[in-house]
Amino acid sequence: MGPQYAKAVVDGVLTGGVYALMAAGLTLIFGVMDIINIAQGIMVILGAYLSYVLSVHLGLDLFATLVLTVPALFVVGVTVEWVFMRRLADRERTAMSILVTYAVAIIIEGILTQVFGVSFIQLHASYVNSSVHVLGFYLPYIYLYGFALAIVLLGGLYAILYLTRFGQSLRAALQDRRAAELIGIDVERVRTITFGIGIAVTAAGGMVFGATNSFNPNSGYDLISRLLTIVILGGLGSIGGALLAALFMLVLEDVVAVAWSPVWSTLVFFAALVIVLTFRPQGLFGRAAARAQ
Amino acid sequence: MSGTVSGARAGAVLAALGILAVFPLVFSNPTTTTIGLFVVIFMVAATAWNAFAGLSGYIALGHAVFFGSGAYTLAIVAEKLHMTGGWSVFELVPLAGVVAGLIAIPFGLVALRTRRHTFVVITIAIFFIFQLLAFNLTITHGSSGLQTPTPLWTAVGYNQRFYYVAAAILVLTVAMAWAIRRSRFGLQLLAIRDDEDRARGLGVRTGRVKLIAFAASAVPTGMVGAVYAYFLGQIFPQFAFDPLFDITIALMAFFGGLGTLTGPLLGALVLEALQQEFTLHFSVGGLYLIVYGALFLVVILLLPQGVVPTLASLLPRTRARLTQRAGAEA
Amino acid sequence: MTPLLEVEGLTKSFGGLRALDGATLAVAEGEIAGLIGPNGSGKTTLFNVVTGYERADAGDVRLRGRSISSAGPDRIFALGIGRTFQLTRIFARLSVLENMLVATQRHEGWARSVFRAAGSPAERKQALELLEFVGIAKLASLPAGNLSYGQRKLLELAYVLVADPDVILLDEPAGGVNPSLLHHIADRIRAVNAAGKTLLIVEHDMEFVMYLCGRIMVLHQGRVLTTGTPEQVQRDPAVLDAYLGGAEDEDDELDVAAVQL
Repeated sequence: MGPQYAKAVVDGVLTGGVYALMAAGLTLIFGVMDIINIAQGIMVILGAYLSYVLSVHLGLDLFATLVLTVPALFVVGVTVEWVFMRRLADRERTAMSILVTYAVAIIIEGILTQVFGVSFIQLHASYVNSSVHVLGFYLPYIYLYGFALAIVLLGGLYAILYLTRFGQSLRAALQDRRAAELIGIDVERVRTITFGIGIAVTAAGGMVFGATNSFNPNSGYDLISRLLTIVILGGLGSIGGALLAALFMLVLEDVVAVAWSPVWSTLVFFAALVIVLTFRPQGLFGRAAARAQ
Repeated sequence: MSGTVSGARAGAVLAALGILAVFPLVFSNPTTTTIGLFVVIFMVAATAWNAFAGLSGYIALGHAVFFGSGAYTLAIVAEKLHMTGGWSVFELVPLAGVVAGLIAIPFGLVALRTRRHTFVVITIAIFFIFQLLAFNLTITHGSSGLQTPTPLWTAVGYNQRFYYVAAAILVLTVAMAWAIRRSRFGLQLLAIRDDEDRARGLGVRTGRVKLIAFAASAVPTGMVGAVYAYFLGQIFPQFAFDPLFDITIALMAFFGGLGTLTGPLLGALVLEALQQEFTLHFSVGGLYLIVYGALFLVVILLLPQGVVPTLASLLPRTRARLTQRAGAEA
Repeated sequence: MTPLLEVEGLTKSFGGLRALDGATLAVAEGEIAGLIGPNGSGKTTLFNVVTGYERADAGDVRLRGRSISSAGPDRIFALGIGRTFQLTRIFARLSVLENMLVATQRHEGWARSVFRAAGSPAERKQALELLEFVGIAKLASLPAGNLSYGQRKLLELAYVLVADPDVILLDEPAGGVNPSLLHHIADRIRAVNAAGKTLLIVEHDMEFVMYLCGRIMVLHQGRVLTTGTPEQVQRDPAVLDAYLGGAEDEDDELDVAAVQL
């Protein structure tokens, strides 16, 4: 195990934290609403572009842009839920949601292409370009800051879920929608806000993603396919599972890149999903769903 | 009564075949015939997709795997055999269909073990695996793509040759979809759509039924993928394995009416013609995506049944005829 | 003579809950047997195991002396065990007649099914006769989703009969049915039995069970507590204890929460 493996593991954990945050939003939305939000990937890219505009044109620090972009994406999420998701019939809701959110993703991709074109950009700041020397290798500060941000926001998400009255309603709706309604919870409202929160976290994810990768409006596809892989492996609806799966997959990817070739590391990512689902259709960390009768 | 109905239907089928046959002769300018070719290619893909997904309710978003595999099969084999163009290259089209069908078997064995949303996601994941393979394998020449043979045909009738090959595939595909729909096999697929576990409890071998339908829908998709590759003259991973392809054929089937025979044909006609018009008049850009996505939303939210079933239920005469026919059958 | 259907020592746990705990019972050819028991006693789980929807942890299920405990639902149906569900399960978007045709292929290979129309005239005729038999033939061309609850129960009974099974397992045939239809359903079950079919019925409506069944088995905490004629079972103090003691409502189905936080 040379230092390059240590670096791969550290890289994997740090980027895995950011993916965990984005995947947490996706899996939370599924858990409460039975909706698979294909637009999650492009929302991340939208968040990255918003941070780009604010940092370039207003000279804001990347982390300061979040004060504006997180609420902005919350509003986008609430609007999308209100305009489209609400209209989905309960029957075949999940399948329909995939198509509807796919369409939303295409529209956002189109808008971003109109406004920014298709050339690749990356977010810049002093801590993006400077590195810290640890364990014999260099690590850009943004990885550490991004990971810290992800931990803080995931902690915030847990706090909302477990310490607030809204979180209580949300968890009730997560367990059993009808029962939640019976005890007087406004499930519609819970769903709308959940969708908003699930999207809002992508603003933070997008900023870190945009600072650690170059991106264009097309980058949403690659992201959503990774995020979907993570939430399926983690067991749909399980936030804890998404965290573990994100760390597992990103570490795996980085280690494969070192051991074999970066070319094949992405392939391993999807191949792992296929292999796992062949043996455990409920995912690595998911429990078998109750048999419908 | 039933005699006149089937008579009218036979007439409609003959008229449709007639239009399909004479279209590129009447509208022979190359732009129009190109649009015609693409419409027919997508009619095949949407009909094939619908024969599986529309009947079984399994929304597959990985059919680009079959399209791309068909395209690459033609390109790779033509290159290995040093083919120089001409009709003989079309002989590879059935081979492309077979390859796509064979790929569908392991693909289906893995994916069809899962249900609904997990199935959708795993089809997307398998799609990306194939796209990455096309980008990274030596046999596909990675991102620099592959050239397909250039036929030395004159401009007159050039497009028409591709068109008629695609049209022949279309006729076969629609015939297959029709046969599936009216067979016991098709009824089993519909039963799986409504309640898969119950269907198993009535003796339906659901795993096998799904896999066969999946593979059957892969074959024509691979064949038109090969025609597409030959027509374009070169293929690249991102065009052969295009994530938009999957959502496009799904939208076409939804637009016309999921599970219907004419729905995907109508969907492909309207949407592909629209897309081709769009690319002609606007350069590649976001506007097309915006309009496309918006159209998609309108269709799904306002016409969840699709155009064909909605029209059918709007026309009282059709409705009366349908009930009469059902009565006659019963 | 071996009983037609034998269940021996079936055990099945869900997580920590033991739904079946060594259940043993037998159903003789030609009888209408009843299976009763308080909520959570394992009746539906037993049905699920026998029909291949669940795999038992231990024990065996035999049809005519032959073990079928490793077969899936499609195979078990083909071997001659049909069942209905507590909450009826029909194909809502298919017509009533098409629902009947899904089932008519107990002995058919897939290759044949691809090339065959969805119902030969003979099959359609048989399907209509069965619909006539249960009394819903005039609804044949309606989408099955439009049927009332009781009509769905009758449709389920009819399409199970299509394949001519030897044993039919009925899961609460009277549950939630309009009282005016109850007599009709009981009457049809009798007629099915008279035509030579063996039946095993799970039912909460005691009057219904006592009226139909010659022999009743009582399931309690995953095993058979007692077996006897309706009169014997009614008089058995252990049965009353089981019902009173088991009154706290456990669910047959395990509710695994969709989401783990």
